Amino acid sequence: MRADATTIELNRCGKTFADGTRALEPLDLTVAAGETVVLLGPSGCGKTTLLRLIAGLEAPDAGGRVRFNGEDVTGLPIERRAVGMVFQSYALFPNMSVRENIAYGLRVRKLDKGEIAARTREMLEMMQIGQLAERRVHQLSGGQRQRVALARAIAVRPRVLLLDEPLAALDAVLRDRLRVEIDALLRRLAITAVYVTHDQAEAMMLGDRIVVMSAGQVEQAGTPREIYRNPATPFVADFVGTVSRIATAAGVVLLRPEDIRLCEVAAGRAAATVETLHFLGGRCQVGLIGGDGARLIADAPPDTPLKPGARVGIAWDDAAPLRLPLMEAAQ
Amino acid sequence: MRLSRDAHRLILLALPVSVFALAFFLVPLARLAIVAGQGPKGIAAYASIVTEPRHFESMLVTLGLALAVTLTALGLATVAGLFLSRHQFPGRQLAIAVLTLPLAFPGVVVGFLVIMLGGRQGLIGAITQALGGGKVVFAYSLAGLFVGYLYFSIPRVILTVMASAEKLDPALEEAARSLGASPLRVLKDVTLPGLAPGLTAAGAICFATAMGAFGTAFSLAANIDVLPMTIYTEFTLNANIAAAASLSLVLGAVTWSALFLARSLAGAPAAAAV
Repeated sequence: MRADATTIELNRCGKTFADGTRALEPLDLTVAAGETVVLLGPSGCGKTTLLRLIAGLEAPDAGGRVRFNGEDVTGLPIERRAVGMVFQSYALFPNMSVRENIAYGLRVRKLDKGEIAARTREMLEMMQIGQLAERRVHQLSGGQRQRVALARAIAVRPRVLLLDEPLAALDAVLRDRLRVEIDALLRRLAITAVYVTHDQAEAMMLGDRIVVMSAGQVEQAGTPREIYRNPATPFVADFVGTVSRIATAAGVVLLRPEDIRLCEVAAGRAAATVETLHFLGGRCQVGLIGGDGARLIADAPPDTPLKPGARVGIAWDDAAPLRLPLMEAAQ
Repeated sequence: MRLSRDAHRLILLALPVSVFALAFFLVPLARLAIVAGQGPKGIAAYASIVTEPRHFESMLVTLGLALAVTLTALGLATVAGLFLSRHQFPGRQLAIAVLTLPLAFPGVVVGFLVIMLGGRQGLIGAITQALGGGKVVFAYSLAGLFVGYLYFSIPRVILTVMASAEKLDPALEEAARSLGASPLRVLKDVTLPGLAPGLTAAGAICFATAMGAFGTAFSLAANIDVLPMTIYTEFTLNANIAAAASLSLVLGAVTWSALFLARSLAGAPAAAAV
């Protein structure tokens, strides 16, 4: 829709609230034009505050700067930043129909009637909600509401699209479907997008890059593959995917479930006892207790003959263990 | 035919309130309706609200006063209520306590306060006299009644606005702003529609209270005959019991209609907003 996508630049953006709480340590972040960046972290990690700084709903602490395509927008309130926002609570206007909700931003911008009607219709078609146009918001399901909210946000052709846990209130099946739709939408619009979530699967699927946050700081920023295979900190290793810690003579080894091979005890580099077995369809998730009492998670084929209580050996390729720069420095 | 146990229990539970309503509400009301028609003018007593100039004027003054008080209270309290619910500051609890203080006073005391402010020995009169502008006295006029009624109307509306505002999803206003709406536009398109059910209900209570308020009028009213005062005068001084009864019923009908109208107005959007 826009060939001229916007670059977002944050410089030394921190946020301290009036009561003295430090929500965000000063940080730098650049989101390239047309890129989708996912802010991932547990609740209270500062990801929503960061999104609100970009939106203009919060002002950064003194010294912080927000730039869109080089233009300093730090002093601009949200209504003058031309950002599209999508909220977890949908935030649709209950006193308006679906059509009126989508047209609201266009009406505020005082476009002429024909243009408003045409663009509203285009949005209704794009989000496949044409048949809902005259409904009131309270007559819609959660998935329909979020489609309307997306349509309303992109109808005004914003410079950047900001999404704050848009799928968190939906049930699992709907969440998967809408995630695919949002991914397709973001690719099609080629709009710069920042997406906040605490769900790592959502982050991996949607993000060109993921920014993992914890306690108001960026733990790591990188592609989903980098974050998963080369986590920079123990926090990232644990938060994005599952990790097992196995004590060996050479030190602690960190392994992803798919990298652990279960074998005869004699053939293994370490040994463990099977505690739980969960059949997940394409694979079995095996819970084990290692020699030092640590809990391990490994993947096994779906038809594995293992039973709880069995003693197994644990093997892995030399290239498999995760290497954490900070952890190696500490050892 | 045997009633089910549930029906028996329901009747049993409804009995106390039914007896109460019958004894203290329906019976006296019916008696009032009969008394009103048994005066020298008969059924025509009901028409006195339009035929008797004194009653008609009293009705107009009361309606106008109640409307003015309601609209002013809604305006002032919406601003204050929104501010209080949106901002955290030292002394906020104290501010709320002070603003809702009038709830603790009966109408007579409110009237007394107005006299202290704008009466013949009042504070404002003393100040204007000291400034050389002559003594300003407003307590015993319509302005005094207005101030008094406003004083005890504001707390109810503020509390309702605060409760309604806290239930509004803050993301609604943020969404409107992200779409380019100015703060005033957000107020008009999002905040006020969101508060509308609460404001309608609070306004109706406010109007009903102002229509029937007696204590304040009694302690102030030297020149003004609001409807409750007229009823009192007809009843005690003129011993015109039929007129008093008919006016009472008219007052009740107007007030009840306002409450009923507000409930049906507020009901629809309130249900839709869920």
